[in-house]
Amino acid sequence: MSARQNPARRAWTRDRIETLVFGVLAWVMRLFLLVITVVPLVYMVALSMRPLESLLANPLRVFPTLGEITFASYQRALASMDTGGYDIGGFLLNSLYVAVGTIVLALLFSVLGGYAVSRFDFPGKRLLGMLFLSVYLFPAVVIAIPLFVIFTGMGLRGSLAALVVIYLAQTVPVALFMLRNFFENLPEGIEEAAALDGAGGLRTLWHIVLPLALPALAATGLFVFIVAWNEFLFALLFLLESRDSWTVSIGIALLDNQDVSPTVLLASSVIMTLPIVLVFLFAQRVFAEGLSAGATKE
Amino acid sequence: MDAKKGIAALTRPTGYAERRARFALVLVSPTFLVIALVVVVPFFWTLFLAVTEIRLIDLPYANLFNATYTLGNFADVLSSSTFWESVGATIAYTFLGTVGSIALGLAAALALRRAFFGRALLRSLVLVPFAVPVVAAALLWQTMLDPQFGLVNAIGLRWLGWSEPIMFLSQRTAHPELLGVAVPVPVALLTVVAFEVWRSFAFAFLFLLARLQSIGGDLVEAARIDGAAPTQVFRHIVWPQLWGVISLLLMLRAIFVFQNFTDVYLLTGGAGGTQVMAVQVYEYLTARNDLGGASALGLVMSATMGVLLVAYVWRSQPRKGVRA
Repeated sequence: MSARQNPARRAWTRDRIETLVFGVLAWVMRLFLLVITVVPLVYMVALSMRPLESLLANPLRVFPTLGEITFASYQRALASMDTGGYDIGGFLLNSLYVAVGTIVLALLFSVLGGYAVSRFDFPGKRLLGMLFLSVYLFPAVVIAIPLFVIFTGMGLRGSLAALVVIYLAQTVPVALFMLRNFFENLPEGIEEAAALDGAGGLRTLWHIVLPLALPALAATGLFVFIVAWNEFLFALLFLLESRDSWTVSIGIALLDNQDVSPTVLLASSVIMTLPIVLVFLFAQRVFAEGLSAGATKE
Repeated sequence: MDAKKGIAALTRPTGYAERRARFALVLVSPTFLVIALVVVVPFFWTLFLAVTEIRLIDLPYANLFNATYTLGNFADVLSSSTFWESVGATIAYTFLGTVGSIALGLAAALALRRAFFGRALLRSLVLVPFAVPVVAAALLWQTMLDPQFGLVNAIGLRWLGWSEPIMFLSQRTAHPELLGVAVPVPVALLTVVAFEVWRSFAFAFLFLLARLQSIGGDLVEAARIDGAAPTQVFRHIVWPQLWGVISLLLMLRAIFVFQNFTDVYLLTGGAGGTQVMAVQVYEYLTARNDLGGASALGLVMSATMGVLLVAYVWRSQPRKGVRA
């Protein structure tokens, strides 16, 4: 009663103080998040448009002055080797081949497998789970040793197709898991109806289930794309000697070892990042839901 | 028993259930095959390489029967002067990287949970470090931390009173004075940890935000009406419900960080006390051209992780009688 009559005394309850403190802290956190996400991104883009001399002379000023904005670094990065450039375009194309190949195969494998796991009982179902676990429990660098040996023996070093097979094995467990979760939440009634109408298993999958699964396929494909586009270790081990097959990951990382201007390196980074950030922001809702689906199921 | 049923299903496809099982097996067989070929078979090959002294050029002539078996690789690797240092770096990197990214992810999820001006934008932006390809991110950090033209050192020299630039990517330890005492700080290792936290906190953020949003508002509201302060609501209502996701994240992230080769290799190349075990395996394989050593160290790495995992699973088993 007395507290209500005296607003000044009521003001400093634990509740009030905490609400105030956390209200402030939340804004501090939001500001912090803004800084750690936006500043590096802006820095990358701004520096890629500055002449190197200007950067060396004044590292504290991030933005180029209007007069000195230049796209020379981009031209240099994209120009072909014989005109003194670094041919990032060729690397991008290689990465695109690998990524598209991996997406197509991983979606095919995981649609079939995920559908089987969600709908059927079969011998070896538990073994499959163990097998998947093994992909993540054996460190990539450990698996890389014998693969390096095998590929050397078979003369497959430098082959993009071999890389696709490895990326497939690295992504299929998660892809299959994502799609299985989706299939499990799909009512079985429609499929039963199709079966009663005489459609076989594969026809049901193709005509009935897949059209419904498009959003899940998009999320899964995005996940596979990101893995394949970013992968570094296997590409480094298997493609090192064949420059024509370099993916964009190792292409740009290996440029870093030569004496390439940091502005050109950042321009290359922007080129490499742009497609993925655009796709990511565009599809983030799909992706976030696909990624965490099942994780929060009670 | 199961296997017998399985064989029966394969050889005698008569009944409905058996036809279904056969169909399912056909559907999963490509996946089985590719993982067996790319992961399981190579792993056993690693076992073989670890206990022999084979060089890459001898391989065409080597097989299981003419090889000389030895534990020399393990002895070499374990007695190497850099082994324990790399174990220490790996443990510190894994622990700090995992806990750091989950803590930041949780703080971000809590700060971006309620509506405010710009929330949608910030929620998208938070995913940026996660989405930027690791090669681009590493180049960006190298540039920002560069002692000559990097932004961080420029700021430090100008406004933070640093007397000289800090070599973030190669300096093993610094001894800044804190209250008059020189405290050793592992500079390069902390930089690599910060890179890991920055790159992966969005992963924890996504999971934790999803879980936070599924906590019923009723319970929180009821507690608030009963006079519970925000910290009490968090401690007694929110945290218990988050714990399941957090412990899952701890395990997932720890597995990834423990075996992370790429981030460390790209950022420092293993310099300045950041040679984690994954990077060391790579060094054995390429710089020293030592297949046996690489395989042995790789197996030590897998075994370490196996032990940690078993311990974790054993610890997190709900004890009988504690919960109904």
